[in-house]
Amino acid sequence: MNSEKINCAGFGGQGVMLIGQLLAYAANEEGFNTLWYPSYGPETRGGTANCSVTISKQPVNSPVISKADSIIIMNKPSLDKFEDKVRPDGKIFINSTLVNKKVNRSDVEVFYIPVNDMAAELGNPKVANLIMLGAYLESTKLFEDEVIIKLLKKSFGENKAHLIPINQQALQAGRIFIRQ
Amino acid sequence: MAKVMMKGNEAMGLAAIKGGCRAFFGYPITPQNEIPEYLARVMPEYGGVFLQAESEVAAINMIYGASGAGVRSMTSSSSPGIALKQEGITYIAGAELPCVIINVMRGGPGLGGIQPSQADYKQVTRGGGNGDYYLLAFAPENLQETVNIVKEAFDLAEIYRNPVMIAVDGLIGQMMEPVDVDMEIPKREIPEKTWATTGTLGKRERNVVNSLYLDPQALENHSLKLKAKYDLMREKEQRYELVNVDHSEIVIVAYGTMARICRSAMEILNEKGINVGLLRPISIYPFPEKAFAELPSTVKGLLTCELSTGQMIDDVKIANNGKLPIGFFGRTGGMLPEPEEIVDAVIKMIGGMKNE
Amino acid sequence: MSNVLFKRTEALTSKEFSYCPGCTHGIIHRIVAEVLEELNILDRTIGVSPVGCAVMNYEYFNCDMQQASHGRAPAVATGIKRVLPNNIVFTYQGDGDLASIGTAEIVHAAHRSENITVIFVNNAIYGMTGGQMAPTTLVGQKTTTSPTGRDPRHSGYPIKISEMLATIPGATYIERVSVHNPQNVRKAKQAVKRAFEMQIQGKGFSMVEFVSTCPVNWGKTPQDALNWLVDNMIPYYPLGVYRQPEAGEKNE
Ligand SMILES: Cc1ncc(C[n+]2csc(CCOP(=O)(O)OP(=O)(O)O)c2C)c(N)n1
Ligand code: SF4
Repeated sequence: MNSEKINCAGFGGQGVMLIGQLLAYAANEEGFNTLWYPSYGPETRGGTANCSVTISKQPVNSPVISKADSIIIMNKPSLDKFEDKVRPDGKIFINSTLVNKKVNRSDVEVFYIPVNDMAAELGNPKVANLIMLGAYLESTKLFEDEVIIKLLKKSFGENKAHLIPINQQALQAGRIFIRQ
Repeated sequence: MAKVMMKGNEAMGLAAIKGGCRAFFGYPITPQNEIPEYLARVMPEYGGVFLQAESEVAAINMIYGASGAGVRSMTSSSSPGIALKQEGITYIAGAELPCVIINVMRGGPGLGGIQPSQADYKQVTRGGGNGDYYLLAFAPENLQETVNIVKEAFDLAEIYRNPVMIAVDGLIGQMMEPVDVDMEIPKREIPEKTWATTGTLGKRERNVVNSLYLDPQALENHSLKLKAKYDLMREKEQRYELVNVDHSEIVIVAYGTMARICRSAMEILNEKGINVGLLRPISIYPFPEKAFAELPSTVKGLLTCELSTGQMIDDVKIANNGKLPIGFFGRTGGMLPEPEEIVDAVIKMIGGMKNE
Repeated sequence: MSNVLFKRTEALTSKEFSYCPGCTHGIIHRIVAEVLEELNILDRTIGVSPVGCAVMNYEYFNCDMQQASHGRAPAVATGIKRVLPNNIVFTYQGDGDLASIGTAEIVHAAHRSENITVIFVNNAIYGMTGGQMAPTTLVGQKTTTSPTGRDPRHSGYPIKISEMLATIPGATYIERVSVHNPQNVRKAKQAVKRAFEMQIQGKGFSMVEFVSTCPVNWGKTPQDALNWLVDNMIPYYPLGVYRQPEAGEKNE
């Protein structure tokens, strides 16, 4: 990989910012240049939230992504907004629990992943975003789970250390879904 | 030290502390809220003062007081809030006090919007308040540069006894990038604050912090003394970066986030076989006129790119002094261009020059 | 709740509110709107929008509106009222807007007994900017700029605006209300009606303070936020009339 540009979008509260942040943190850990940029302000209040992440061997120039390599879509409004923002031959990862629409384009690779259902099966609805991250990482081969888990351990601290195993399972579930 | 990921606003907060800032006064406004929020958490650990003021007007006057008392002080805000601070800023410049002001710019005029903008360029570079004064003003493009400049700003403010403004757009405040807040900055000799009002303790003459000079001759003398400082800044503090200007007919002039977008445009142009250079002002007051003198004679035109309807272009015209044709590309109101838009603007400018 | 208490009113546009779920800004808008309609003054009313979560209420109130800079709504309203004395003028302001940056303007509008009506929404926090401390934030309350809880030694005690303005001779009518249950909603509407009646009768400055919720920045569900308001806000900010003209006379 030379560079990877990702848009990640959904409702506020779905953890889309965290997906982007984990990717950016992991990129930094692995010695890449990276830039994470969130949507901000009242538009994020109860409404939609999105962030963009650039990961690159070269210094990151434009923080504005005109055509993403991959987009992660956690709800329907986000698909409408970002569908055209991915380059030809790019990848679209869709939370098919909440998005019942199909992508209109034929020049991209699309993954429909029912991450909310899968999270419910794992017994924790909050890890839907980590399942999505696992799927994304499996498909792009960007980082190993260990890098992500190390970051989560650091940010969870001792108080939330008990949540590490479920997050690990979530990443795995996402990977397995893609492999099948 | 290894680079850590930090949000721009928080990195600026930490950089201020590393630069010796021990008093912060501010007021909430998007998109700079993470600066005061970070310092509310962290400043107490360093034994410094964090206080949320009742308004921007109050905050900047708290800076006047704290800085006049000799403590490294900082305030931060965004465009409408900076407009309110102008009263205090001109008093601080008039009284020759050091301080650091961060402006995380958003769209205007009036309440405008909250998305990234460079539309305060004139306010930043022309003083902004009443009277014959300027701020030392920087407009970095990435977090490492921002952090280094925030740290240096506290030294520069004391050397020149003048407010230093760091003008970034909302994107730089909100984004996360790897940054090393402990990177070395130039060591400078810092004059003693013999002017600070700390109580005479019977050991020295009284100090007075003041900007009132009712006698016109005295005020003229004072203004000339200030001017001498600005002249010195113009001689010593011009900062800029020249990229790929030696092989280019067109040189883009852009700063901050716009400069980064232009760098991506330059890559695309390069793939098309079009060589374009970049002249990137890092100091916006003093404007880096020296950089224009360094441009080789092969350069045939300048394209000013801004996140405004065209403000820096006036400084480009002054620095260019009628030599080269100057084009303009701008987006405003919080709109960020895609690199392709700048590619088009460059190609159009080249086409226009060929036709002439 | 709104279905039971509120009918559709002419005084609101069809634009949907952008407030967070469970935020009491919405109920307060409906109360003000219904009063404007019931008093039959909508077509000669000019409202002034603040800077705060209610910044866009020029899109909601179905009358002429001006949007003011942060805290200056009472000055803008003064300008309008002085040149259009026969019109009805009101401001709608949050506690950051009115009790922090705008204290000079509100104090002097009251002091001059400007014949305007002020709707003051006190939710003990800065909502719009994401939950910073307000002058009205309660002691011990955690906000993003009082991360360990408001400490009165550092930030003073929460400011009681109604009590403070009630000491000003020019303040004609001041009442504090809440909208946490239907009974209080009715009372609040009565207060707003009286405030506008004062203005109609030319009696001078009137203000109704609402203790209000901000579930999002308080980090609470809408119901928990209402409970918190009842348990914590109202004891510190008691409801009631703080100033009114005696026997129908203008205050001196
Ligand atoms: C001069 C100026 N300073 C600061 C701001 C940022 N700002 C926007 S809304 C707001 C205050 C919001 O709090 P409040 O008045 O309590 O209203 P709420 O959002 O809670 O309803 C502030 C400080 C601004 N727009 N202009
Ligand atoms: S942020 Fe708070 S005050 Fe603003 S709309 Fe949401 S709940 Fe209401």
